[in-house]
Amino acid sequence: MSERLDVRKTYKLVINGAFVRSESGRSYEVRHAAGDFWANVAQGSRKDLRDAVRAARAAQAAWWKATAYNRGQVLFRLAEMAEARRDELAAHVAAAEGVDAPSAASSVARGIDRIVWYAGWTDKVAQVLGGANPVAGPFFNFSLPVPSGVIGVLAPQDSSFEGFVDTVLAPLATGNAVVAVTSERRPTPALLLAEMSVTSDLPAGVLNVVSGLTGELGPTLASHEDVDGIDLEGAGEHHDELAASAADSIKRVRRASAGDYAESSTSRLRSFVETSTVWHTIGR
Amino acid sequence: MSEADIGVRLTDPSRLPTISSETQLRAVLASLAGVDAVGAEARVAKLATRSIKTSSKRRALDLIVSMIDLTTLEGADTPGRVSAMCAKARRPDPRDLSVPSVAAVCVYPDLVEGAKRHLEGSSVAVAAVATAFPSGRASLAVKLLDVSEAVAAGADEIDMVIDRGAFLSGRLGQVFDEIVAVKAACGSAHLKVILETGELVTYDNVRRASWLAMLAGADFIKTSTGKVPVAATPPVALVMLEAVRDFAESTGRVVGVKVAGGIRSAKDAIRYLVIVNETAGATWLRPETFRFGASSLLNDVLMQRLKQTRGAYVRPEEFSGD
Repeated sequence: MSERLDVRKTYKLVINGAFVRSESGRSYEVRHAAGDFWANVAQGSRKDLRDAVRAARAAQAAWWKATAYNRGQVLFRLAEMAEARRDELAAHVAAAEGVDAPSAASSVARGIDRIVWYAGWTDKVAQVLGGANPVAGPFFNFSLPVPSGVIGVLAPQDSSFEGFVDTVLAPLATGNAVVAVTSERRPTPALLLAEMSVTSDLPAGVLNVVSGLTGELGPTLASHEDVDGIDLEGAGEHHDELAASAADSIKRVRRASAGDYAESSTSRLRSFVETSTVWHTIGR
Repeated sequence: MSEADIGVRLTDPSRLPTISSETQLRAVLASLAGVDAVGAEARVAKLATRSIKTSSKRRALDLIVSMIDLTTLEGADTPGRVSAMCAKARRPDPRDLSVPSVAAVCVYPDLVEGAKRHLEGSSVAVAAVATAFPSGRASLAVKLLDVSEAVAAGADEIDMVIDRGAFLSGRLGQVFDEIVAVKAACGSAHLKVILETGELVTYDNVRRASWLAMLAGADFIKTSTGKVPVAATPPVALVMLEAVRDFAESTGRVVGVKVAGGIRSAKDAIRYLVIVNETAGATWLRPETFRFGASSLLNDVLMQRLKQTRGAYVRPEEFSGD
């Protein structure tokens, strides 16, 4: 019996619910933390980002219109799928981050738990971030958190899975659509999660994931006028320039933090919401 | 127009055949070679891959704006909506005076008078769809009345539909006679003949219908009404452009082409310009001989244009909707 041939995989981008190669036709090599070849990954271009933003804009309204309960179920479904592929994710995290198998496995477990945690937040954000305001008149006055819209995420460069989950799931949970740029050197765990998102009932276009060179994609995403907010967690050395170019189109900017993704915090949930105030008469 | 202007070998215009009988018409149409369908599709696919450099793209975007017939053909059209569209036709981007006006606005006949009033003093023409648009299912008398009312209201261009039922069942003489009659009713207004290529099924039919319309006196041949699922496609445009080129070479008359329906992005429009350039020649790249029938295309072109100026992708809300 002859030896089996390898079934090799080129990791694709996820744009509008489809697995696509980059419009530019480019791909790049991703290496083990140790330096050996690990995978070929599509190298996204500015036009891929443009297409992703268009898809996200088209999908966002329906995602927000779905009930918060339903959004939570959809995100929980993503956790279910990740759970089934834990070992595969852990192997990728170990290769990408150069950590041993047990710490990769626990990192993946924390990431999946974080998906569940954000799934739980979808129908609780309004109670925590919103409120009833006292007013001097016969009215109710409510403050409600509503999504900013389309959020660009430059995912952390170091934490390939946990960090990606944290930066991406938070805006999704509050009803935003997301265009995420993966870690440049460690993209495969994020691309695997993106694959799962396509089959997890997440409507097409709500989560778009582009791998490529952060230095090339970051400026396009930060200056894109149809992006309402940007998370600069993985922006690296160009962080401040990107924050300045985001200001031209008056985006919400979340600056890079110290990067402890293990700690549960509502900080990211608060980053990309607007407050809508509603007045309503008090009936008799 | 001189031979040098056209860029094709023109013969004596008197060679334009006068069609005196249906038998003769059939003979002329039967003499046309069949279309190589696979070849036509491969050719447009190849042309679509051509890369357009930034400076050429800027020129192409402006050219596309000047070739647009800004169209609204909805049952829900109101005079207010038409007036907003006319304002946009005159000055597509009010902040940037270097953006040209569009070629024409295209409306139903009852809205021509209002459109004409709003466009007074501008270079924008008013086109009306007439002859029982979009199906063309009415008697000739009704169609001619439709046309003459639109012309009387001031339409500069008439977009007529051919009777596809008659064409497909082989009553070519009837289709021809209708176009001749409508052309007479148009007077000085330009006549665009809509072939509705989505209903003609084959490229051979498209080529024959193109020649039939041109022989009957069309000033433009147009792909579609935009009211059937299959509208303008690049291979159909290629076949029609070949027809106008061959017609100009053999008869000396230059006929324009209008592609309509389903063209929404600047990228698609630029691909059509490439097909025009490579098929009929650069001299067809003018609003007098090539048009886009579209509504949402204009905003996408303006967005691409602004993106080139600003260096960042812009949001669709920068431009008024329709």
